Amino acid sequence: MIKQKPKVAFYWCASCGGCEETVVDLNAAILDVADAVDIVLWPVALDFKYHHIEALKDGDIAVSFINGAIRTNEQAHISKLLRQKSGLVVAFGSCAHTGGIPGLANLTSREEIFRTSFHESPTVVNASGTVPQEDSLADGMPVRLPAFWEEVHTLDQWIDVDYYIPGCPPPPALVLSAVTAILEGKLPEKGSVLAPAKALCDTCPRRKTKSENTKITKIHRPHEIIADPEICFLEQGIICCGPATRSGCGEVCINGNMPCTGCFGPPPGVIDQGAKLISAISSLFNAKTKEEAMEMARQVVDPAGTFHRYTVPSSLLGCRIHKKAAMPADGRMDREAA
Amino acid sequence: MGAVPASLLAPAAPLRLGISPITNFGWRFRRCSVTDVKLLTFVCNWCSYGGADTAGGLKLECPPGVRLVRVMCSGRVDAQLILEGFRSGADGVLVLGCHPGDCHYKEGNYVAQKRAPLLARMLEQFGIERERFRIDWVSAGEGERFSKVVNAMYDNVARLGPLELVDRKVEGSMR
Amino acid sequence: MKTITVDPITRLEGHGKINIFLDDDGNVQKAIFQVPELRGFEAFAIGRPAEDMPQITSRICGVCPTAHHMAATKALDDLFKVTPPPAAKAIRELVNCAFMTEDHALHFYFLGGPDFVLGPSAPPEQRNILGVVGVVGKEIAGQVIDIRRRLRDLMALCAGKPIHPVFGLPGGVAKAIPESERTQIQQLGRDTVKFAQFSLDLFRKIVLGNKDLLELVTGDIYYNETNYMGLVDADNRLNLYDGDVRVVDPAGKERLKFKPQDYAKHIAEHVEEWTYVKFPYLRDVGWRGFVDGPDSGLYRVAPLARLNVADGMATPLAQAEYERLYETFGGKPVHHTLANHWARLIELLYAAERITELADLPELTSPDIRNLDFGIPSEGVGIVEAPRGTLIHHYKSDERGVLTGCNLIVATVGNSAAICMSIDRAAKKLIKNGNVNEGLLNMVEMAFRAYDPCLSCATHALPGEMPLAVEIIDSKGVIVQRLERR
Repeated sequence: MIKQKPKVAFYWCASCGGCEETVVDLNAAILDVADAVDIVLWPVALDFKYHHIEALKDGDIAVSFINGAIRTNEQAHISKLLRQKSGLVVAFGSCAHTGGIPGLANLTSREEIFRTSFHESPTVVNASGTVPQEDSLADGMPVRLPAFWEEVHTLDQWIDVDYYIPGCPPPPALVLSAVTAILEGKLPEKGSVLAPAKALCDTCPRRKTKSENTKITKIHRPHEIIADPEICFLEQGIICCGPATRSGCGEVCINGNMPCTGCFGPPPGVIDQGAKLISAISSLFNAKTKEEAMEMARQVVDPAGTFHRYTVPSSLLGCRIHKKAAMPADGRMDREAA
Repeated sequence: MGAVPASLLAPAAPLRLGISPITNFGWRFRRCSVTDVKLLTFVCNWCSYGGADTAGGLKLECPPGVRLVRVMCSGRVDAQLILEGFRSGADGVLVLGCHPGDCHYKEGNYVAQKRAPLLARMLEQFGIERERFRIDWVSAGEGERFSKVVNAMYDNVARLGPLELVDRKVEGSMR
Repeated sequence: MKTITVDPITRLEGHGKINIFLDDDGNVQKAIFQVPELRGFEAFAIGRPAEDMPQITSRICGVCPTAHHMAATKALDDLFKVTPPPAAKAIRELVNCAFMTEDHALHFYFLGGPDFVLGPSAPPEQRNILGVVGVVGKEIAGQVIDIRRRLRDLMALCAGKPIHPVFGLPGGVAKAIPESERTQIQQLGRDTVKFAQFSLDLFRKIVLGNKDLLELVTGDIYYNETNYMGLVDADNRLNLYDGDVRVVDPAGKERLKFKPQDYAKHIAEHVEEWTYVKFPYLRDVGWRGFVDGPDSGLYRVAPLARLNVADGMATPLAQAEYERLYETFGGKPVHHTLANHWARLIELLYAAERITELADLPELTSPDIRNLDFGIPSEGVGIVEAPRGTLIHHYKSDERGVLTGCNLIVATVGNSAAICMSIDRAAKKLIKNGNVNEGLLNMVEMAFRAYDPCLSCATHALPGEMPLAVEIIDSKGVIVQRLERR
């Protein structure tokens, strides 16, 4: 009797396609994976339809890898369908895991997005104030658009998620080891992130150059100085998210002589990566007085966007409070610009 | 003790980090015109906790919506705890540590002092007004100062009204 | 007419969607192409530090992150009023060329190619990369994978990561290329040139050597007379990384040539209620609807547009191929949409040749990769040619370099109106008397696919390249057929 291959699905929600590219970047290894499994859904490369999935028995798919955040009812619908049909659901990449860069939209609002895109843009000519509508007529023909939600959500805010593969995008090596672990059934506790448990600082090639008593007296933005390619970024006064970011990326940004921006999300034990980074980075400030502390804080031009770059939707606060117009990052003065 | 609505005496929801706030410390509860806000106050074991106790001993007035959480040092009040406080229903968060130079662990209150302005700026980006988060110093003997700081902060938060975070897990919040 | 019942649970809003409306006789009254999502990068970029833009905007699209990274980085040069040193410029262009070759190859072999290699009406289960492998052989497939891997490795070396690079900074790049890498890069350049030539030979053999396909490419189904836009160098030759924007009219005459900073004087965008994508047009002509011809203000971008705009190619082998293309079509400009596939391969060859040229530049390995002589930041525009066309990033900032405004005209958006017209035209020509089949619908889709449209980019929303739904709606408003390509 031929042993049936496990069925696997790949699906994308609100994402950029980088997670799909990273799978393509497995290069030759992808063929081994393709041999070991039976791919039942992979929109980017293969031609399968919804009803094929709907026809499957519950739990028939061994594992579904879902990337992208959730912003429309269609994405919510399919992720729920895949949840029902799958033994395991893996949130693949930053957006599904913690919200990702599109999650920065939670610091603004639907209204601001529409205003910026369809009214205030310097190229838009829109005297009639047209904005896209859910129901409209195109040349007299009735057509529909999906509603654009107020907020971006992580996958596990919608469905039960078994495992997480972090990264923007997850590096191919990590994908391969995670897929192998799943296929071999060598899995850790449910809810685990399938990446090393250490913080990036612990695996950083520049670790030895970080002193016990780092004191940042001036914060330099990455473009303002030429960073020494050997020395810890924090020692140089450049904000690096290594202290509260999970390792497993291969330190590619550090090796490219750029600081970590936190795409792997929080390490174990940390609930809110951005808050933890605020604690970690501020503790390095060389500031004895309240005034000095305020001056150091002022030098971080965009705390939310820097420390929650990939995690606004999964943060403890989740999104900006829309009760009334809030004041955003310092320096945002020119609302009419552009 | 003034008349306090029962709902305010019930403990706030325990924080996810496993801490249950103290709600009654023997203070005389003042009558509040706006009583529906909650002020989560982290007090340092070595100073402001004592300050709260002293305030109770002196029967000083405090707002009923204050919830105390005793910690070993203001420096240990991680930014996560403060966000967790807001997430758990606090409308304002106050951190009370030892006066500069008086920290039992030498540096803890300075760590807290460095953290506060950076966190405050981030909170504003999330739409949480600056008045809802504050750090200040109260020693064990300063019962009056405790009462003054807590009342002033409470009034500021009460003026802003309750903080309404969107519950991210609930489908009903989707638009 | 045969009515095909549609499963009501199957909902497809989240993807590119073609609605084909039939009249009482079953002929196409109108085909409408919708892009159904939006992510709002322009709004949430505001308040972020300018120097973060190359990394933030690359997340608009994981298929062409390098193009966004480049446009953003160049916009930052302009915003901070700084000129990068020659080595930094060479490294940026090298990464851009490596990306362009890799991406064009991906499109030809994986996405657009199957329609030609296997034929437009081959069964859908064969019309994919695996089918292509079956025709060209495993060895060739291995070569494609190998070249692609080596190009991605080069990108990782220079840019930190091939997907979502991290090397672009105002006034330079983050990392120098060590001299020890030079011979490898030179070798890769030579191999990529050979690969590009091979791909062109394959195209000639399979498409130009096949009467039916040639007819399809040169026929009138996939044909629109529009303006064209692209970057050119000082000699009006095609350039992918730098230069001025040139626009030629449907007769091929230069209509506009402007500096990137002046883009908003010449380009305007129109908003419709039924799609989230905007429709750019030439401001001096004005919005005249979805019409082509000499009075139209619509323009097209992407490979064929770039060739139409340029007076020639800056590298010898690509120049020869360029001449051959215009000979075949009997003059310039070429309005045949499917010629994009050919133009794409000519660009592949150009970018490969450019890699060999850059690999020989002495300054490529210079450690002098940064210029810190910044002015006070205020406003900046960066334009590059993405695989899918002219890509414009425009930022405004306060004096600290924190963004106060952001406007993006992304490559596929440049073509959005043309895509609508092309689909409408193809549908009207192909679907007659209610006769609809999968092969015909695929041919409608080919009108769309020729642009190599990246909806992820277009809406700053949708993933990847191909997900698409087609609905056929009869005169009573009933959906009679629905096809999905997911």
